[in-house]
Amino acid sequence: MSHDHTHDHTDYQPDIEDFPFTDRMVMTQAIAELIVEKGICTADELRQQIELMDSKEPALGARLVAKTWVDPEFKSRVLEDCAKAAAEIGIDIGDIPIKAIENTEDVHNVVVCTLCSCYPRMLIGLPPDWYKSRAYRSRAVKEPRKVLEEFGTHIPDNVEVRVHDSTADLRYLVLPARPDGTADWDERKLAQLITRDSMVGVTPAKSPDDT
Amino acid sequence: MTIRRHHDMGGLDAGPVDRSEHDYAMWEKRVDAIVKVLSTPDRKLLSTDELRRGIEELGPGVYDELSYYERWISSATNLLLEKGVITVDELGKKMAEVEARWIKDRETAE
Repeated sequence: MSHDHTHDHTDYQPDIEDFPFTDRMVMTQAIAELIVEKGICTADELRQQIELMDSKEPALGARLVAKTWVDPEFKSRVLEDCAKAAAEIGIDIGDIPIKAIENTEDVHNVVVCTLCSCYPRMLIGLPPDWYKSRAYRSRAVKEPRKVLEEFGTHIPDNVEVRVHDSTADLRYLVLPARPDGTADWDERKLAQLITRDSMVGVTPAKSPDDT
Repeated sequence: MTIRRHHDMGGLDAGPVDRSEHDYAMWEKRVDAIVKVLSTPDRKLLSTDELRRGIEELGPGVYDELSYYERWISSATNLLLEKGVITVDELGKKMAEVEARWIKDRETAE
């Protein structure tokens, strides 16, 4: 083990809010320091990775979806190859494929990961707690309409509900339907209607009245 | 009949979805960063599948007691031990060192 590490430990002090600390917090800190000391990575790299994930927000996905609403050809390309289409507008979705699925008047899509927590994080950030919860993971595939009701989303009986179970190798992004009353809206304004939850499929996009 | 493993919960009964959320704490973001950095193509010290296997191997009790990123760091640490990237001794010493430092920091802060 190298003893000449010079990184500043103060970078790593837990936030005051984190006290009292737990064993796993200590373990996390220990692993971070060990892999730096062993030269496996640098402290900078760890920090940059945190910054990268902090920069991944639902606004990225919203920008992509808004463009599909105003540009049908772009939408076809997103449905065909999401990574390639996202790159056109400067969004890097990383190595794990994301498949875009479109809500229509006949079909409502919703996404879950029953086995763990796979999520299109490069387009909408880290998943919310409920996405990783036992209740959501268990029930979304069995009684999706009931689960959606818990999110305040009522899907009429004549609309098919399709549930997509994500895996480590394929994640899904829902393209919510464009709300009525937005015919003269530009992409930037439309993007404000597209929420994280609407891209997971548990809610529709916001209506123009909500903004 | 197939025996369902603990993590494989799709289709089971469960209570209502608790929609409350918390902002990720710094240590949770650090766990995420450690896993991503160790998984880069030039390192390949961890893979998503290995991490998940490690989480599944925590067993039913631990799986439910730990929070999400607690499961991640437990699995990642076990994998690093298993692969000989770190030793139990190094980990034990480092954890003791970190804990002592934080206790001292806390005393100073008060």
